[in-house]
Amino acid sequence: MQDFGTTLAEAIGLILLADGDLIEIITLSLRVTLSAVIIACAIGLPFGALVGAFRFPGRAVVTVFLNALMGLPPVVVGLVVYLMLSAAGPLGPLRLLYTPTAMIIAQTILVTPIVAALTRQVIEDLQTEYSEQFASLGVGPLDRIAALLWDARYSLLTVALAGFGRAVAEVGAVIIVGGNINHVTRVMTTTIALETSKGNLELALALGVVLLAIAVIVNAAVMALRASAVRSAYA
Amino acid sequence: MFRRQFLSLALAGTVAATLSAGLSAPVAAADDFIIVQSTTSTQNSGLFDHLLPIFTDKTGIEVRVVAVGTGQAIKNAANGDGDVLFVHARPAEEKFVAAGHGVKRHDVMYNDFVIVGPPSDPAGIAGSSDIVNALTKIASTKAPFASRGDDSGTNKAELRLWKDAGIDVGEASGDWYRETGSGMGATLNTGTGMGAYIMTDRATWIAFGNKGDYEIAVEGDNRMFNQYGIILVNAEKHPNVKSELGKSFVDWVISEDGQSAIANYKVDGQQLFFPNAPAGS
Amino acid sequence: MPDARLKTIEGGRTSPEAAQAPLLMQARKLSFCPNGKPLVDTVDLDIREGRRLVVMGANGAGKSLLLRLLHGLLPPSGGEVVWQGKPLDRAAMREQAMVFQRPVMLRRSVIANLQFALAVRGIGGTERRRRVEEALEQARLGDLARHPARVLSGGEQQRLALARALACTPRLLFLDEPTASLDPASTLAIENLIATAHARGITIVMITHDKGQARRLGDDIAFLHGGRLVETGPAARVLETPNSGAARAWLEGRLYLDDLSSTPSPTP
Repeated sequence: MQDFGTTLAEAIGLILLADGDLIEIITLSLRVTLSAVIIACAIGLPFGALVGAFRFPGRAVVTVFLNALMGLPPVVVGLVVYLMLSAAGPLGPLRLLYTPTAMIIAQTILVTPIVAALTRQVIEDLQTEYSEQFASLGVGPLDRIAALLWDARYSLLTVALAGFGRAVAEVGAVIIVGGNINHVTRVMTTTIALETSKGNLELALALGVVLLAIAVIVNAAVMALRASAVRSAYA
Repeated sequence: MFRRQFLSLALAGTVAATLSAGLSAPVAAADDFIIVQSTTSTQNSGLFDHLLPIFTDKTGIEVRVVAVGTGQAIKNAANGDGDVLFVHARPAEEKFVAAGHGVKRHDVMYNDFVIVGPPSDPAGIAGSSDIVNALTKIASTKAPFASRGDDSGTNKAELRLWKDAGIDVGEASGDWYRETGSGMGATLNTGTGMGAYIMTDRATWIAFGNKGDYEIAVEGDNRMFNQYGIILVNAEKHPNVKSELGKSFVDWVISEDGQSAIANYKVDGQQLFFPNAPAGS
Repeated sequence: MPDARLKTIEGGRTSPEAAQAPLLMQARKLSFCPNGKPLVDTVDLDIREGRRLVVMGANGAGKSLLLRLLHGLLPPSGGEVVWQGKPLDRAAMREQAMVFQRPVMLRRSVIANLQFALAVRGIGGTERRRRVEEALEQARLGDLARHPARVLSGGEQQRLALARALACTPRLLFLDEPTASLDPASTLAIENLIATAHARGITIVMITHDKGQARRLGDDIAFLHGGRLVETGPAARVLETPNSGAARAWLEGRLYLDDLSSTPSPTP
């Protein structure tokens, strides 16, 4: 095997060459992951905020479940989604198996509990700070949720990032429901798995470096945004 | 004010999400493609990368390959999640057709299995062409052997050979007999790492990029013959199967055109698969 | 409302006049006993329209809890709070406002903090703009309107908190040690804002440990000890000649341990 420096050089070479296939794979990775994260946020943010901001019977149970679901094994999620979307399954007629949509569904299921559970924690902490003032102002339930979500927006960016990290690095679920079909459902992680199984470890590692670079860029961008917010005390 | 901001934010998010989900729908809705459930050996050896563009150029039909172990490929096809099944485990394939899942099974091509091993050759089998004798030596010296252990075509063939040698590997599992439960490539990576003998199809081995100092130890026994078959999934059982498109693929693969395309595929000057579809089928 | 101010100046010294002001709020046998321990113990208290009541007492006497019970932020364990003859409800809470010792600022601009408080009360449009303008001017925060509220100094934040409470035009304003952590200049600014609010006829209930502030801002004093109301009366009288042992000891700067059952009494 080559040393890490050569691997890195190969990765940079791939990027500089802007290999068409690689660009396609990266684009699909980002499309699938970002879609899943956006949908997961659309569901998980309000849900987590509800659990974090209100007391209701069974709240502790819901919290435990949410936290436990953060550890959902991707392969299990992939299997369940496969059984659902399979031609023999209840959602078979939608013909979504082996499409990017199927991968988005699987990743959404993986990411939503992460977003919801972390949102609950963030919102609960902020709620502790705001609760008396809100009660004094007579803030209603809807306004409360909206205000907490809005005021926690920069912390929630980090929450979305955690979801992004999980989704972008995930391989077990997407390979089952996507099928790793060339030019259709092949993403960064499934390509890495494929190249590893072909014994092309250098190429697999190079792709891993590219994936890492993407993750670093996304995180750096969000953190820069957050840092400016911290400076102005909005976070 | 803050509420409107938040709502518009949420709205924009939802719209974007729906849009991106929606964008992928047309891909699924376009009907000029078929799904082929196949095995890792055909994919990892690069055969499909060579074969499919020729077919697509000719017919305009896009072929999407899902490459998994033969066992899983057959199960997926039996669920109706594929139009064509292209694997290498003849008895299981015939069972698939008999159960009504497939229309008809055609021989496509063959290659052979080989045993690869480390240069130290702890079982002393290098150069042998008698697989039963070689396996017996491995068992008696307790030299490590890495098995797929995943119900794939290769795994089935390997277990049949152990049986021929009269060795119960189940007893040795976890000792010198190690089941990786993974694909061919992963098993090669693992096996070479632990200095174990591994049975692999020749095509995957030739195309494999992480051989290290491993060499072929056993080859040339006709019991290590590896036959590939192709089956059109039965639309009577699975109504969503694209029979017409699937049939044109099956027909092309076993046609003179397809067969010579298979024969022409070479890695490092070596032919990987040998077409043997009966002429005129 | 010059009338209210006049009455205040007089009323600071005479208790009969306090009794003449109409009753706004009442605590009847109000108790708060989490885990069975009475932290506020059967308190009866009248709050009269337009008056300024100062609540005093040692740390842990139950002053903050009493304010929260009166404002409806905590559910009483016993007794009740009566607002204008009726039990305290959400509508009544909307006629009250409270400023906390540590101001709670939303993670938004100064102006957005004001807008939020008005928006949740359904006040919008030109009326909201007018009140925001007025609040900014009152708190002298016009130049900082677009700044994030949480980068303001402690004094500025408390001015904003008070202006935010007043923008909601409450009839009753609760103040929980609003100047406890402020420097003299900031304290003066807050006191001026409180005086202005009172001049507009707003009833004030405030906690302070500062005797001077109690004298300056209080018409009446309610003195708490160990969760019990031990003395009420005109501010000047209570500060000069307290009747209860607890108030006397506290004003003299002594630790008063009488009738704290957990501690043996050191003095006869």
